[in-house]
Amino acid sequence: MAETIVITSGKGGVGKTTSVANLGSALAMLGKKVAMVDADIGLRNLDLVMGLENRIVYDLVDVAEGYCKLRQALVRDKRVDGLFLLPAAQTRDKTAVSPDQMKSLCDELKEEFDYVLVDSPAGIEQGFRNAAAGADRAIVITTPELSAVRDADRVIALLESMEIYDHKLLINRIRPLMVKKGDMLDIDDVLEQLAIDLIGVIPEDEMIIVTTNRGEPAVLNNHSKAGQAYRNTARRIMGEEVPFLSLDVPEGLLTRLKRAMGFK
Amino acid sequence: MFDIFSRVFAPRQTPSKNIANERLRMVLIHDRASVSPQFLESLKGDMMAVISKYAEIDEKETVVNFSTADGSVALVANIPIKRVKRGSGINRNI
Repeated sequence: MAETIVITSGKGGVGKTTSVANLGSALAMLGKKVAMVDADIGLRNLDLVMGLENRIVYDLVDVAEGYCKLRQALVRDKRVDGLFLLPAAQTRDKTAVSPDQMKSLCDELKEEFDYVLVDSPAGIEQGFRNAAAGADRAIVITTPELSAVRDADRVIALLESMEIYDHKLLINRIRPLMVKKGDMLDIDDVLEQLAIDLIGVIPEDEMIIVTTNRGEPAVLNNHSKAGQAYRNTARRIMGEEVPFLSLDVPEGLLTRLKRAMGFK
Repeated sequence: MFDIFSRVFAPRQTPSKNIANERLRMVLIHDRASVSPQFLESLKGDMMAVISKYAEIDEKETVVNFSTADGSVALVANIPIKRVKRGSGINRNI
């Protein structure tokens, strides 16, 4: 059964767009038909992260206003079968579409696709409400930082007020070494505070910057740790049980020395 | 070199994640209580309605707020009472 999933966070810069690009690609690699919808109208970026910026003809607002057919606006990704992008408009603002229009657009996409992933803008105003309007479920993204977790909590409450109770958390950019040193909130801390289920943990990975520079999602790269974590998350979205990647850090020389000297 | 020594021999500090976790806990309690002005006004109105059945209160001087101290959150209400109503039931219930 087709599903619309909104990817949202409240706080900006925690990796919504990167996550949509990677989860969408990973789901398509697993044989699903996927439409990625960029709902960040006025600040479109999903096309850049996907490397599809030169192939856009029409956008979401054109479809909503009836200037073109939905099919005409969908950009097909040539690297992965069954992967499509519906770009946001760049020269309009968030009021250019209504929640009702978003909902009917998502419903129309669901007739043809297995998964519709909606990239929500940051914030909790109209843009977010539009993005979530047609969603069956939500993935809330946070990083292990106070401000991001706090904003995630607000977003979870707002999703529930919109009657989206199927929401899971994706913790992005975790740094195992800092967690081990006690200098970063760990997964259990965040889950306990937010009282929400986990769908994925993505380690901080410089490859994300490299792959984004090139306009290709990290899941297409076998050497990326984040890519591996995104592939696992995609399988969990499909309902598979996949163990979470171990975030253990090999013991450093200093730690071993300290232990030998009895300091630890 | 000194850096390594100072790190090895330094007294153990509270890990910063414990501080973050505690701060997060407090801020979420506050946020979730959604202490919006409307929320407080509505709470204040209901409380005064109940108390007014028993005593005459100074509405203008009444202050209702959440306060955070020592790792817990409390609802603090300061409600000046002008006069306890006769036959309010307070005596009977004691």
